Amino acid sequence: MKRRDFLRYTAPASILPTFINGFSIKAFAASPFLAALEKTALDNDHVLVMIQLNGGNDGLNMVIPLDQYSKYQSARSNIAIPEGRVLKLAGQTKTGLHPAMTGVKQLYDEGHVSIIQSVGYPSPNFSHFRATDIWLTGSDANVVLETGWGGRFLDTEYAGYPQGYPNAEMPDPPAIQIGSIVSPSFVGTGGSMGMAVTSPTDFYNLLENIEENTPNTKAGKELKYIRQIQKQTNRYADVIKAAAAKVTSQGPYPANNHLAAQLKIVARLVAGGLKTRLYMVSIGGFDTHANQTNSGDTTTGDHAHLLGNVSSAIKAFMDDLTMQKKSQRVVGMTFSEFGRRIKSNGSMGTDHGNSAPMIVFGDYVNQQVLGNNPTMPDAASPVDNVPMQYDFRSVYASLLEQWFCVQSADLSKIMLNNYQSLPLVNGLACSVVTGIPGIGDNETLISNYPNPFTTKTVLTYKTRGGHTMIQVFDTMGRLVGKPVDRQHAAGTYTHQFDGEHLPTGTYYVRFQNGAAQQVRTMMKIR
Amino acid sequence: MDRRSFLTLNSSRKAASVKGGRTFTGIAPYTGTWGTAQVVHLLKRAMFGAAPADVKHFAAMSMNQAVDALLVPIATMPAPPVNSYQTGGYIDPTGVTPGAPWVTAPEGDEDLNDARRYSYKAWWTGIMLNQSRSIHEKMVLFWHNHFATETQTIEDARFMYAHNVMLRTHALGNFKALTKAVTIDPGMLVYLNGYLNEKTSADENYARELLELFTCGKGPESLYQEEDVRAAAHVLTGYKVDKTNITSYFDPTKHDIENKQFSSWFSNKKITGKTGMAGATELDDMLNIIFVQQEVAKFICRKLYQFFIYYDIDSAAEAEVITPLADIFRAANYDIRPVLAALFKSEHFYDPLNMSCLIKSPVDYTVGMCREFGVKFAPAADYMNAYAQWRSLQAAAGNQQQNIGDPPGVSGWDAYYLAPQFHELWINTDTLPKRNFLADQLITTGYISMGQTLRIDPLVFTQQLPDPANPVLLINDALAILYRMDLSDAMKAYLKNDILLKGQQQDYYWTQVWNLYTSDPSDAMNKALVVDMLKALYKTIMNLSEYHLA
Repeated sequence: MKRRDFLRYTAPASILPTFINGFSIKAFAASPFLAALEKTALDNDHVLVMIQLNGGNDGLNMVIPLDQYSKYQSARSNIAIPEGRVLKLAGQTKTGLHPAMTGVKQLYDEGHVSIIQSVGYPSPNFSHFRATDIWLTGSDANVVLETGWGGRFLDTEYAGYPQGYPNAEMPDPPAIQIGSIVSPSFVGTGGSMGMAVTSPTDFYNLLENIEENTPNTKAGKELKYIRQIQKQTNRYADVIKAAAAKVTSQGPYPANNHLAAQLKIVARLVAGGLKTRLYMVSIGGFDTHANQTNSGDTTTGDHAHLLGNVSSAIKAFMDDLTMQKKSQRVVGMTFSEFGRRIKSNGSMGTDHGNSAPMIVFGDYVNQQVLGNNPTMPDAASPVDNVPMQYDFRSVYASLLEQWFCVQSADLSKIMLNNYQSLPLVNGLACSVVTGIPGIGDNETLISNYPNPFTTKTVLTYKTRGGHTMIQVFDTMGRLVGKPVDRQHAAGTYTHQFDGEHLPTGTYYVRFQNGAAQQVRTMMKIR
Repeated sequence: MDRRSFLTLNSSRKAASVKGGRTFTGIAPYTGTWGTAQVVHLLKRAMFGAAPADVKHFAAMSMNQAVDALLVPIATMPAPPVNSYQTGGYIDPTGVTPGAPWVTAPEGDEDLNDARRYSYKAWWTGIMLNQSRSIHEKMVLFWHNHFATETQTIEDARFMYAHNVMLRTHALGNFKALTKAVTIDPGMLVYLNGYLNEKTSADENYARELLELFTCGKGPESLYQEEDVRAAAHVLTGYKVDKTNITSYFDPTKHDIENKQFSSWFSNKKITGKTGMAGATELDDMLNIIFVQQEVAKFICRKLYQFFIYYDIDSAAEAEVITPLADIFRAANYDIRPVLAALFKSEHFYDPLNMSCLIKSPVDYTVGMCREFGVKFAPAADYMNAYAQWRSLQAAAGNQQQNIGDPPGVSGWDAYYLAPQFHELWINTDTLPKRNFLADQLITTGYISMGQTLRIDPLVFTQQLPDPANPVLLINDALAILYRMDLSDAMKAYLKNDILLKGQQQDYYWTQVWNLYTSDPSDAMNKALVVDMLKALYKTIMNLSEYHLA
């Protein structure tokens, strides 16, 4: 047994959160015993499973702002989830989950889920394809990148790929995508680092050696021949077969759930010892312009069905991994190319919008709802959007830093910028335990006066020191200004924001300082 | 796909007589549907790939008109290869300036001929890429495989070029005249030691191949004897090569003037030895004897069949196709075009069971891919870039085991004669990844080789399709050209939903991004989005096994 495994199995993850909450984290980190046991980075066998929700997930019906329930209800009266049906989360009064997500609720209550509010990026794109590219490559809205963020990470781990791979150190595909052949996310400088398993059927065909039907013709004979060679030349086919063969039984997965079928494959490969670092699975149908909910019961319908599938698939996946004693290798996250508008439309649906929550789960994931509920307007208009609180690349960067133990120099190379570090993963994962700065919920970090304003307004902000940034967005999420972006000593500062060139309307001013952030609404009037 | 849908998708012809992979259709003229499937089938076989513009061109004709047009020989000889090798301080020691043809210059040394060999192969590849709407270029490759020679043995690049010109001249002419031209071609005289064949020391090398590989073949009805090989060798004594004039000549003093006795299979014919320059006419006497054999016509028809239709010739095909074609061949005194006309107009050729079963050779795969996707090459006038680009593609095909100018031996490429695998020999665990690598590079980052980058601009192909804004039609129309085999509805849905639409359900999302791009092609972001989606689509299409079948 490896030393890492010893630690893992003697301190099961299910008790870790309490353990940490119950003891001084600093004392724990300072323990030479622990430091000796847990070496960082190099022998990291951690896995990240990305669950892509295709179509643009309606975050407001997934993570419901209970603290502003009546405004939420009036903004989307035809599809709003009834207050009494919203699933309550342990220790949370302001925020609840869609009633179909019992599995994720349970994981949350057990301490294995982070919900990150209002994740987006400045000046969002409302095209599915462009927005998907942005999320997969980790680019700015106005930049087209040739490589994906996952590929750039794998580049730092497996330099020179594909030259010299597979090898003894890395006999397995660095990334596996289930469901599509090319994910821009896995493209590194040397090309794609991902292997695609086209579909669950295709995967089981690979294992069982089932041939796709070919016609009984000359063409069919040749097609069969070429396919056979194609299979033989799949350099990873054997290692995948071998890994899958090691797993003889798996936990139960829900039937008729395509995502669950994909995650079942991932669990099998992880449990079978594949060293693959990144997995991508996906589920489509989130583009709910119409009939998002049933009209009689808004807790049912298309979106409820989708969220139910996501939730039960994740739960079954984690239960299976726990049974296989491999859950501590895995962190998962959900993401979607964008969220949807605050106000519902007339066809029981929602249109393309801006930010949306992400769910991060795993034994080492911190239990929290990060960020505030988005502010519900008094009288929602069709253009009202959820303003960004966290940049999606902060989530990526934090996972790379805290789960894959990437050093800061590599981190900025991968992410092409310095992004805010969010406390997503328990410091034990990379044995770097840092205190999580406590931000009082009621502490005001940024305010402006006068508000409403006509031309200029004074921003007052309180920084703990270090990098401090203020961004101003309009209701469509467009970045209209970045009045502060600098290193500060701790203290309270002011900055006069000149909004003379801006049209009248609502603006969001976002303050960021280390892991802390806060978004306030300000209004420009005539 | 079941067999029924396979049959109905490609042709409306009744296929009641078809059982399994066997068909009993013959060379009776085809009268069925003349649609995209048939046009693409014809072009993929008769040319290198079915370029969308060519498909449109021939679809406007009747089947007979289309075949007749394809059989018109190219009247003008392509401009000869030029000095494209004056790089890195190297200077042609015979004084050929950059951009000038080297084909009549002095021979020079080994280094020079290596440089010219690459120039020659690049040039040939360039002609294939820029082929006219004729079968001519594919027939040059067919004859190169049939009368195989290797530049590594010929050594003198000017002979390589002259040999190519000779094949080109006769490619759609008369097979007997071609055989004579090959026999006294300086390149072939060097390759099979004909120039060493003298009365005092007869060299049987060429004589043996003439009978075994070039005319009579090794079929069960080919019954020539060892004595025929010896007799033929003696007939062919006295031919020499002239390095000054880049030609061959007959030296009567080296010619054997004894009589040459042939075996009973050749009706015990005897060629009377002739003295002086008349000795050269013994070659005509011998060809007259050989070409009496029906087996010669059958042998060539079988090779045409295996090159253009399928490698396996069952007894029905032998009886219904090979035998009648051979009769036509002989009746036309071995003119090539009547045979090709009958073959390409036959119901056998358009039989659904003979479609999509031809594994693309590496040259067909590489050149065809570039032609179908309209890969842009430098113009011939920009010879430094053009030759390097042509050469990089030629080398790619060479890596995939078809190096033009240098087949593995005098028998040509294994895929055309080595039973039982035949064409399947093109595809193995070494070559298939190389094919996929080339396609992947061309469609993604660009294929970088010889200091050049070749790339597929997916918009070029897409814009030639009738309705690219509609994702269903886009995929159907693209597959109708790129594949010969229909895909299942599930697979098409996968290409559309998972690949092109990246998992989005709404077809109109593609329509939106396409229209956004076409409304302002100068918008870089919108263009990048469309190009990215199309790249993923075509990459997937090229990665599937179906793409290797013509």
